Amino acid sequence: MTPNQEYTSFKDQLIAAFREGEERMNGESKSAFHQVRRSALQSFETLGFPTIRHEEWKYSNVKTMIGEQYSFDEGTALTVEDMAPLQIPNLEGNILFFVNGHYRADLSQIVSPATHLQIKSFAEAQQTDAETIGLHFSRYADFQDSAFTALNTAFAQDGVFIRIPDNKVVEEPVILRFITDARHKNVAVQPRNLIVVGRNAEVKVAESYRTLGDGAGFTNVVTEVVVAADARVEHYRIQNDSERAYHIGRTQVSQADNSHYYNATITLNGGFVRNDLNIVLNGQHCESFMYGLYMPNGRQHVDNHTLVDHAMPNCYSNELYKGILDDKGTGVFNGKIYVRPDAQKTNAYQSCKNVVLSPDASMNTKPQLEIYADDVKCSHGTTTGKMNEDALFYLQSRGIPKDAARTLLLYAFAEEVVSNIKIQPIREYLEGIIREKLAL
Amino acid sequence: MLSISNLQASIGDKQILKGINLEIKPGEVHAIMGPNGSGKSTLASVLAGREDYEVTGGHVDFDGKDLLDMSAEVRAAEGIFLAFQYPIEIPGVSTTNFLKTALNEIRKYRGLDPLDAVQFLKLMKERMKFVNIDQSLLSRSLNEGFSGGEKKRNEIFQMAMLEPKLAILDETDSGLDIDALRIVAEGVNKLRSPERSAIVVTHYQRLLDYIVPDYVHVLYKGRIVKSGTKELAYELEEKGYDWIKAEVESV
Ligand SMILES: Nc1ncnc2c1ncn2[C@@H]1O[C@H](COP(=O)(O)OP(=O)(O)OP(=O)(O)O)[C@@H](O)[C@H]1O
Ligand SMILES: [Mg+2]
Repeated sequence: MTPNQEYTSFKDQLIAAFREGEERMNGESKSAFHQVRRSALQSFETLGFPTIRHEEWKYSNVKTMIGEQYSFDEGTALTVEDMAPLQIPNLEGNILFFVNGHYRADLSQIVSPATHLQIKSFAEAQQTDAETIGLHFSRYADFQDSAFTALNTAFAQDGVFIRIPDNKVVEEPVILRFITDARHKNVAVQPRNLIVVGRNAEVKVAESYRTLGDGAGFTNVVTEVVVAADARVEHYRIQNDSERAYHIGRTQVSQADNSHYYNATITLNGGFVRNDLNIVLNGQHCESFMYGLYMPNGRQHVDNHTLVDHAMPNCYSNELYKGILDDKGTGVFNGKIYVRPDAQKTNAYQSCKNVVLSPDASMNTKPQLEIYADDVKCSHGTTTGKMNEDALFYLQSRGIPKDAARTLLLYAFAEEVVSNIKIQPIREYLEGIIREKLAL
Repeated sequence: MLSISNLQASIGDKQILKGINLEIKPGEVHAIMGPNGSGKSTLASVLAGREDYEVTGGHVDFDGKDLLDMSAEVRAAEGIFLAFQYPIEIPGVSTTNFLKTALNEIRKYRGLDPLDAVQFLKLMKERMKFVNIDQSLLSRSLNEGFSGGEKKRNEIFQMAMLEPKLAILDETDSGLDIDALRIVAEGVNKLRSPERSAIVVTHYQRLLDYIVPDYVHVLYKGRIVKSGTKELAYELEEKGYDWIKAEVESV
């Protein structure tokens, strides 16, 4: 691929920052870890930021995002009191705050026993868990053809490291709150998360993203999730972000035999959001569930790319993504299912349904099924339509005012996804925001 | 109660109702029959306030108010109820939940306090008996996956809950087995009172054995071309519509 000549200033700034950091490193720059970062930087240099000529970025133009000036590594004086309004009511568990990318132990609480939940900042884990990190870091989220993953990998520093030992069930959920404090400046953060779930272990993780203030917040996050044999993982990604938030998020999952991975990605607000969820089924008898809900209005843009790679036989995957688009909101759904030649007896289902409420809103859907095995059951369907007028009239004819009827119908539409969130306080919190957003 | 004069309605540039006149007094039941495509459902929809139809002429008075001036939800609150020929499936909304919202919206309009969960459930239990409908059906998504007969029964259950002044039943009998037909008709009869009226659209005289009408009208090509008493329904059952069509064409 030829380097892209556009957007060079931000790119140059990043490359210079990397070199500068390297000079301050002394001996560490020779470490294996750093070699990965260096090679990632090279990829980023070669690739450059994607333009809309790039097939995977056709409908998501990063130009405005790249055009802003950001400060990296911006300190912040956010206190416990500042966090209070951001708390999710009734939510208990391990709650970790990352402010402008940095783990804030003073704001966080860890309640699960260390025998079950090993959790620390990614930066700390580089020292204490070098072996595990060496085994898994950047082994799944390939950066060769993704500029943003390359960039994240090159700067991998902040974020969380979670390890669940074999046979341990973590009862309390792990909530990762990424707060960008853009009250005084535009801020960029690049969290790097690694979640390693041992054999027959179980954990629930929720990530949430929030930008404070009127400044632009650029988040480029990569999360690698390693699900060992017989393990069970519930993973929620919650985005209720500001109009000036730019979010690029990649989740890369690797599943071993008999494992169960359950993902829900809920984007209620956010200026520009791009989520990549890639699941590779590297074992037999795996189950994967993917739920998505996005509700862009105003000028918001939400792009969900998902990939399920059925590399092994006898696995099951099921995907349901739904969108409600209003005003000038735009959405993209690109869902790939690969069934490799060895992956006989695959069951793979995909469905994407959208309601477009305004003539200026739009939705682009692209299901892509590539099936190379013959004994498989696969289905996919996408629908994009307007509000169902017959249903509206039916409710009105029973005395429900039009606006209330509309809200009721759209809420029910969204609820088909949200009802799959098994952490009840989070579900209720989201339902509240959805109700508010749908009320006219 | 309801006074329709010279009502005309069209969809797109196709005129469907071509001047309907109909007078319904409190307590009366009027049956409307007529060949397929003659405009029966259109009349029902126009009365219920469906916006797809454009009213191009005429007037409808409902209890002294201009019905055509009201939105569908206001008509419902004023006491109009349409049992749909083809009830709509609404995923994700249970009948119970939806009816509670509807009932309380109507009560709000009438200046009444909303029913709380206990009062609502009590009313529901009582009205479920009217049409012999099962609780499990009501907690499912509204009409989703219901059989044809279950949908019709659910329409009458909703009617029993909302207690309209004027019920418009659009082919509620079609798709019902013989027992269900009797049960549904009995449900309708339980709601009959000197104040309540009904328009019953049907193709079959059989329903009118159970819900005995005061008048029977024949709608043909957007007009009421013949009116009579329940004997007219027998005559139609026996002779079909050809003689009526012939009468109309010869004028
Ligand atoms: N949305 C529409 N667009 C075009 N034509 C319509 C529409 N709705 C109704 N019509 C036409 O209006 C005419 C009357 O239809 P309507 O449904 O009122 O008939 P009906 O008397 O209820 O018939 P049936 O006995 O079959 O139920 C029909 O010719 C129908 O095709
Ligand atoms: Mg009809």
